[in-house]
Amino acid sequence: MHNDNRPLSPHLFIYRPQLTAMLSIIHRGTGAALSGGALLLVIWLLALAASPEAYALTMELLGHWLGLLVLLGITWMGAYHFCNGIRHLVWDTGRCLELSAVYRGGWLVIVMSMILTGLLWGIAFAAMEGS
Amino acid sequence: MAQFTLPANSRIRKGKVYDAAEGGGETRRVRIYRYDPDSGENPRMDTFILDAHRSGTMVLDVLLKIKDEIDPTLTFRRSCREGICGSCAMNIDGVNTLACTKELADISGDIKVYPLPHMKVVKDLVPDMSHFYAQYAGLEPWLKTQTPTPPDHERLQSRKEREALDGLYECILCACCSTSCPSYWWNSHRYLGPAALLQLYRWIADSRDEATEERLDLVNDAYRLFRCHTIMNCTATCPKGLNPGLAIAKVKRLLAEREV
Repeated sequence: MHNDNRPLSPHLFIYRPQLTAMLSIIHRGTGAALSGGALLLVIWLLALAASPEAYALTMELLGHWLGLLVLLGITWMGAYHFCNGIRHLVWDTGRCLELSAVYRGGWLVIVMSMILTGLLWGIAFAAMEGS
Repeated sequence: MAQFTLPANSRIRKGKVYDAAEGGGETRRVRIYRYDPDSGENPRMDTFILDAHRSGTMVLDVLLKIKDEIDPTLTFRRSCREGICGSCAMNIDGVNTLACTKELADISGDIKVYPLPHMKVVKDLVPDMSHFYAQYAGLEPWLKTQTPTPPDHERLQSRKEREALDGLYECILCACCSTSCPSYWWNSHRYLGPAALLQLYRWIADSRDEATEERLDLVNDAYRLFRCHTIMNCTATCPKGLNPGLAIAKVKRLLAEREV
């Protein structure tokens, strides 16, 4: 006997957060957010082409602590998406899919994304000091 | 588009509290999802307060104790009580597993018990498995051959060929993996889910089966197979310690190798 009014059992909000699912949704989220980051790059290029004043204004906004925070966020998101993308490529070959390797790889991606972000900002600031 | 919140008829209300602790000692709170199809009311969370040291060893013991001694209408599936039938699959302490093999000692705080996630609920902890089984049946999960059966013996396997089925044949179709998968939550109408896909690979990996191409054709589809985004909740939750995520990756790889 079929009953169409049967309730749907709870799902997303009762399931204990797992590293597996968390890293997956962050991968998707960073991928989407990076499209916004690309838009920012276009704005910067447009300003560069428009006029010295427009460029100076853009640089001032990006140099504000809020702008720097956004740039830092974009850098980390790019780094995370890059590292986890490599993880996915390895998975697609059928490797590193044992549960222990999945967790080890997951933590490695988190750590590597932060190291990569630090490295990129270190290089950027060193280059600015130099110029 | 995925609907992240529950429909109006599925929102959980506050339930009853049964204080069955016999006094004195340490108590344990068990919170259980209840749905009575005859009441016409929304599901609710009932709380049972029990003596901590007289509740048994496994979560199934607690459920049986409640059904025997407090509320005989509590409804759940169970059969073997030793992790081989898959009947008592449910969401315990936030993770899908078998009530009969989940130790109370492994849970800190209240014991929360829900039916398998994102399934239609028949009553209390009993989900409707019809669609899940239909997806499995759709794989035609039996040995398919072209060559004639040898007249004087069975279709034999080498030791190595038989070993290729280890980690695949042990699946008890409890649905813990499929109902832990967000992709299955949002797309179960078309995505087959980890349990069915592990079984698909079980037949592909069988040296005696001669329908590999046909089986690959069946799932070479943006939804049936490729809605798997390698989230890996399936492998993390499997109460039998199997690896559906790996099996799915192997099927994807076989398809990729066939294309190039």
